[in-house]
Amino acid sequence: MLKEIRPAIFVLLALAFITGLIYPLAMTVVAGTIFPAQAEGSLITRDGKVIGSALIGQEFKDDKYFHGRPSATTAADPNDATKTVPAPYNAANSSGSNLGPTSKALADRVKQDVDKLRAENAAQAVPVDLVTSSASGLDPDISPAAALFQVPRIAKARGVPEDRVRALVAKNTDGRLIGLLGEPRVNVLALNLALDASTAR
Amino acid sequence: MTLIGWIQILLYCAIIVALAKPLGWYMTGVFNGERTFLSPVLRPVEVAVYRISGVDERHEQHWLTYTIAMLLFHVGGFLVIYGVMRLQAVLPFNPAGQSAVAEDLSFNTAISFLTNTNWQNYGGESTLSYLVQMLGLTHQNFLSAATGIVLAIALIRGFSRASARTVGNFWVDVVRCTLYILLPLCILMTLFLVWQGIPQTLGPYVKATTLEGATQTIAVGPVASQVAIKMLGTNGGGFFNANAAHPFENPTALSNVVQMISVFALGAALTNVFGRMVGNPRQGWAILAVMGVLFIAGVSIAYWAEASGTSTLNALGLTGGNMEGKEVRFGIVASALFAVITTAASCGAVNAMHDSFTALGGMIPLINMQLGEIIIGGVGAGLYGMLLFVVLAIFVAGLMVGRTPEYVGKKIEAREVKMAMLAILVLPLMYLGWTAVAVVLPSAVASMANAGPHGFTEVLYAFTSATANNGSAFAGLTGNTFFYNLTLASSMFVGRFFMIIPAMAIAGSLAEKKSIPPSAGTLPTTGGLFVGLVVGVILIIGGLTFFPALALGPIVEHLAMTAGTVF
Repeated sequence: MLKEIRPAIFVLLALAFITGLIYPLAMTVVAGTIFPAQAEGSLITRDGKVIGSALIGQEFKDDKYFHGRPSATTAADPNDATKTVPAPYNAANSSGSNLGPTSKALADRVKQDVDKLRAENAAQAVPVDLVTSSASGLDPDISPAAALFQVPRIAKARGVPEDRVRALVAKNTDGRLIGLLGEPRVNVLALNLALDASTAR
Repeated sequence: MTLIGWIQILLYCAIIVALAKPLGWYMTGVFNGERTFLSPVLRPVEVAVYRISGVDERHEQHWLTYTIAMLLFHVGGFLVIYGVMRLQAVLPFNPAGQSAVAEDLSFNTAISFLTNTNWQNYGGESTLSYLVQMLGLTHQNFLSAATGIVLAIALIRGFSRASARTVGNFWVDVVRCTLYILLPLCILMTLFLVWQGIPQTLGPYVKATTLEGATQTIAVGPVASQVAIKMLGTNGGGFFNANAAHPFENPTALSNVVQMISVFALGAALTNVFGRMVGNPRQGWAILAVMGVLFIAGVSIAYWAEASGTSTLNALGLTGGNMEGKEVRFGIVASALFAVITTAASCGAVNAMHDSFTALGGMIPLINMQLGEIIIGGVGAGLYGMLLFVVLAIFVAGLMVGRTPEYVGKKIEAREVKMAMLAILVLPLMYLGWTAVAVVLPSAVASMANAGPHGFTEVLYAFTSATANNGSAFAGLTGNTFFYNLTLASSMFVGRFFMIIPAMAIAGSLAEKKSIPPSAGTLPTTGGLFVGLVVGVILIIGGLTFFPALALGPIVEHLAMTAGTVF
C-alpha cells in the first residue's frame, strides 16, 4: 500500500497540470485565435459600446421593442445580503423559476401574464413561450408566433405599418437546422436592432 | 408530439449505435496497451508521467491493490479541490474577485466532483474563480471520468481472464485513459463548441449597456474546455448555475445534439469493449440492447408527458406543451430527450429545469437514477452497474432450472451474488433513508421551494441524484444548507464507493476462476430471451424498491394535477 503513495501524489499532480492548466489555457489561446468573436462571448457593439451578447437575452419593457420571455433570475438584495430580489435577465446569476406543475404561484403568474397579453392583442392565441419563464432566465429567443403576436403593439408604438414589422420578423426567423434539429426561433435582440435600424432610415 | 420530434429521437439512437463499434475498437486497443495513431505525440508524455511517479507499467495489480490505489488517488483529488476552493481569494485567475468558499460547501463540492456526481450547490458564475473552474473542476472531471472507465475495464478483465491473480495496473489505466481517450476528444469538442458560440476566455465579466439603457453584467470564462469534459465524462457540473440551459453552455440546436451524443458515446462504446474483451462482440450488443429497451421506453413517456403540458397551462388555452423552465431553441422534444439521457447516464447536466417538468415527465429521470443509472450509465459506472444486474439475472435464471449459473464462461457463485446484492441494496438505503430523515426535520423541510407532493419529490430527487452520482436536481430545493451539504455528500460517497468496492471484489474473484466452455445446459446470453430476462429483473427489483416513494411524490402529484388542484 505504501508503494502506491508516490504514484498517488505524482500521477495526480501530473494530470492536474495537464488537464487543469495546460488544457484549458492552451484551448483559450487556440480558440481565441481561430474563433475570437465567439471566445469572447459573441458580443455586439453599437457606436463602440458593448450593448450585449448575441446569445444572451436582455430585458425589454418598452412598448416599441419586442419583449423576450419571462425571466426568473435574481440578484442579492442591496439592503440585505442574505436575501434575493427579482432581477430579470441577470446574466451573472442564471436560473429558472423551478416552480412545478401544481404550483399555485406559477398558475397565478401565468394567468396574470395571459390576461395582460389578451388585453394587448385579442385577435391571436397567446403563445405558450411568451408566458412561461425560460430554464436559464437568459433565453435570447422567442418563437415566431410570439414575435408575430407583438407586431400590432410595436407598429402602433412606432407608427409604422404592421406589414413592415411582420416582414422584419420573417427576415429574423431562424428555421430548424437542416430542417430537422431544434425549433424555429427569433433572436429578440437581433430583431430589435433590426427594428431600430429600419425605423431610423 | 410531432413526427420531426420522433425523427430527432431515432436519429440520436442511430448515431450512438453507429459510434459504439469504432470507439469500442479504439478503446480496447488503448487498454490492451497497444500503439495507437496518437502514440507518436502522446507516448513521450505518458512515459514521462510514469517516470516521475515511479510507476512500472509492466507491473499488474491484485484487485485489492488496484482498489486501494484508486482510493488513495481520490484522497489527493479531494485535497486539491477543497484547497483551491478555500484559497481561491488569494490565488490567480480570479477577475470577478470571488471570496473563499465556505467549509461545508467546499466539502460538498469536493465530494461531489470526486464521485463524478457534480451536484451543484454552488452557483458557478456567482461563487467560483476561473482557477477553481479549471484546476478544481475541469481537472477532476477528467479524473473521475477516467476512474469510472478504468474500473469497468478492471471488471471486464475479471470476466475475460482465467485463473489470473491481477486485473491490470490502476495508474497505467488512468493515465492512458486520460491521455489517449478523454483529452483528444475534449480538444476536438472544445473547438467545436467555441465555434458554436461557447466562450473560452480568461477575461473579466462583460459590462454591457442594453438597448433600453440598463446595465447587464455578462458572466464569461473558460467555459468550452470545461463543458467538453463535463459532457464526455458524464460529469454534468455546470460552469454556470443554469448548466446546459445557459446559452453560453449550449448555444444552438447543433451544440445540443453533439453534447447529447457525447454523454452516451463512451458508455455505449464500453459495451462493445466488453464484447471484444470477452471474445464475443454479441455479448456486448446484448447488453446494449437491454439498455436500449429501457431508454426508448423512458424517452417515449417523458416526451408524451411534456408535450401534453400541464393542466394549469391547458386551462388557460395555451398550447404547445409545458414550456415552463425550457428554452425556445430546444423546445419540448430536445428538452425531454436531454432529461432522459442525462439521468440514464450519470451525467446530470440539464438543458431544461427538471423541477418544472410535469409530474410524470419528471418521474422518468427519477426512475432512471433509482434503477442505478445502468441505461448506458456514467462512463464505466453504467457498465459495472449493469453487470451487477446481469449477475443477478443469471442467478435467478440458474435457480429456475437448478443449475450453477454461468456467464461468459465464468461460474457465478455465492460470493458474486452477495457482492452484487450489497451494491444494489446500498443505493435505496441512502436515498430512501435520508429522504425519510429530511421530511421529518423542520429545517430540512424549509428548503423545499414547492408545496404539496412536489416538495417531497424535490427532496427525494436530491438524495436519489446524489446517491446515484448523477448531479441533476429539482433545483428549487435550497441545497446549500449545513444539513443538505453533509447528508448529500454522504449519499454521494456511499453511492460511489459502496458500488465500486463490491464490483471490484467481483472482478477479483472472477479473474481467479477457470474459464469453462459453454455446454448444452448453458443459458445463451446473446439472444432476446436473455435481454428480456435482464430487463425484467431490473424492473422488478427497481419497482419493488422505489414504487412506494414514487407513489407519494410524482404519482399523487399527477393525480392532483389532472383534478386541477394547485398547492
